[in-house]
Amino acid sequence: MYHRLSLIAQALAVGLAAIGIALAPGYLEIFTLMQVTLFAAMAVLSLSLAFIWGYGGILSFGQTAFFGLGGYTYAIAAINFQDSTYGILLAIFIPGLFAAILGYFVFYGRISDVYLGVITLTVTLILFNVINSTSGDEYHIGTAMLGGFNGIPAVPTFNMPFDPASPLSPEASWWTTGSMLLIVYLGLRLLLASPFGRVVVAVRENEVRASLLGYDPRMIRLITFIIGGAVAGLAGALYVNWGAFVGPTIFSLSLSAEIIIWITIGGLGTLLGPVLGCFLIQYIVASIGSQQTFNSNLVLGAVLIIFVLLLPKGLVPTIRDLALWLLAAKPGTGRSVKAELNAASGNPHPVGAP
Amino acid sequence: MAELTPLLKTEHLTMRFGGVVANDDISFTLQEMELRCLIGPNGAGKSTFFKSLTGQQTPTSGTIAFRGQPIAGKLPHEIARMGIGIKTQVPNVFNGLSVRENIWLAARRKATPNGLPKLVASVLDLIRLTSESERIVATLSHGQRQWVEIGMVLAAEPDLILLDEPAAGMTDEETLRTADIIRDINQSRAIVVVEHDMAFIRLIAKTVTVFHQGRVLIEDTVDKVLADQRVRDVYLGKKVAA
Repeated sequence: MYHRLSLIAQALAVGLAAIGIALAPGYLEIFTLMQVTLFAAMAVLSLSLAFIWGYGGILSFGQTAFFGLGGYTYAIAAINFQDSTYGILLAIFIPGLFAAILGYFVFYGRISDVYLGVITLTVTLILFNVINSTSGDEYHIGTAMLGGFNGIPAVPTFNMPFDPASPLSPEASWWTTGSMLLIVYLGLRLLLASPFGRVVVAVRENEVRASLLGYDPRMIRLITFIIGGAVAGLAGALYVNWGAFVGPTIFSLSLSAEIIIWITIGGLGTLLGPVLGCFLIQYIVASIGSQQTFNSNLVLGAVLIIFVLLLPKGLVPTIRDLALWLLAAKPGTGRSVKAELNAASGNPHPVGAP
Repeated sequence: MAELTPLLKTEHLTMRFGGVVANDDISFTLQEMELRCLIGPNGAGKSTFFKSLTGQQTPTSGTIAFRGQPIAGKLPHEIARMGIGIKTQVPNVFNGLSVRENIWLAARRKATPNGLPKLVASVLDLIRLTSESERIVATLSHGQRQWVEIGMVLAAEPDLILLDEPAAGMTDEETLRTADIIRDINQSRAIVVVEHDMAFIRLIAKTVTVFHQGRVLIEDTVDKVLADQRVRDVYLGKKVAA
């Protein structure tokens, strides 16, 4: 009963989100629409880490490595093919492949959690330095100059699939980015509801038990990591489409840290939370940036400290717990409602990851 | 008639941790459908032995054969897929998931898609947690978590079941029930049980192997083992003498 209600509520929310995405250009100024497009691209990045960290228990400090690779792959492919279609596909494939290679050594080498964080961080720094030092005419892939610290300017933005002659308007660009966000969200939701998704969470919960039941934790983690890398790569392509530019700062550590803040504030172990956290924080940072009264990093730090101290679970789990508590307060319905909602909401449980 | 391949056979199995010899030259044979109890004081090497059997550690030397196949040094998931299931000493469950999900995760490797819901339901019924099946395992009592883990081992339908102190933390009534279940599943599979509770051992055991300081001290019928003076000296003391 409540399970069904929860499903209906979720379907309604998705429907509303789709309508919102469709109608937004009619209500927002072009500048705001561009900003929201950026936020949505970043929210895809946020989802990629929300999945591998919140559900897979893999804390990657270098999710921007895949984001940046996706961005550069898109830019280089779009310049060479003069058609964004292959660029987007390659921006998903190449970071996924890179995640497969890196993840193979990490997980099959039985490198533990802390070192995984160090390795992903280091890989990001290496990529930053490699790309940063490609500022000569000799560094080019096809017709795309890598440009070193200057980055690649004037990257072709998205066009209609297989039709380079018709580039997308800012509105269509928003529709693309917004629906990509919705598709990635739904895709991850479905994946987590599938048997494979349950096994991913099981490995996070208890790796020893999972292996004693015959699941190979290395393989499960690797696949999780690859999916996270591919989604981050897609986010990179969406980001470059937004700015028509990609530079080595896409690999920056501050962005890596910011994703972790989005997820912490929105709620680790949920998918909705990291999306909301991403929009919220980016909105705050953008507003502060335009006023110039406060330093945005200072405010970001303060917000993080307030959340860690007062709402350590993050926004979405706190609101959910509150709703459950209110429902449970009604006599008679309490326990079963809570149990059913727990079962229905996918992942209400404490996350084993740091 | 050629000798049947035993279900499990270890030869000269030795496990060293630095200077500590946790298992020393253990040769152990278990036939198909056998029920064996493993006893011994703390530190005798019982849990270490189980860890070698399930691939959680690689023995320093010696061999382990499961139906004639060498398994020493294989990974836990490979051994689990061959058909060895274990309930570990400290409850090893998915704390953040519901009871049903725990059982489901264990059952789905082997069960057919059609048989899966039925198998999960029957295991939930067997461990008497049907009414608690949507509860998060972390919120259950220690005894109930023991049951969840036993349920997971059963749901995976292994050919050899290793139970490390299954009755620990259970009430007398639950202990009796555990003994019933063990005898019941022994109709179709082999089981090795580590226990300290002598009353429990008497309920289920036919053959008992005693570990002491990493070695096999004696292996015989339950009555002979419990009457053995050396066994009393190292382990049982006055408890059984009465």
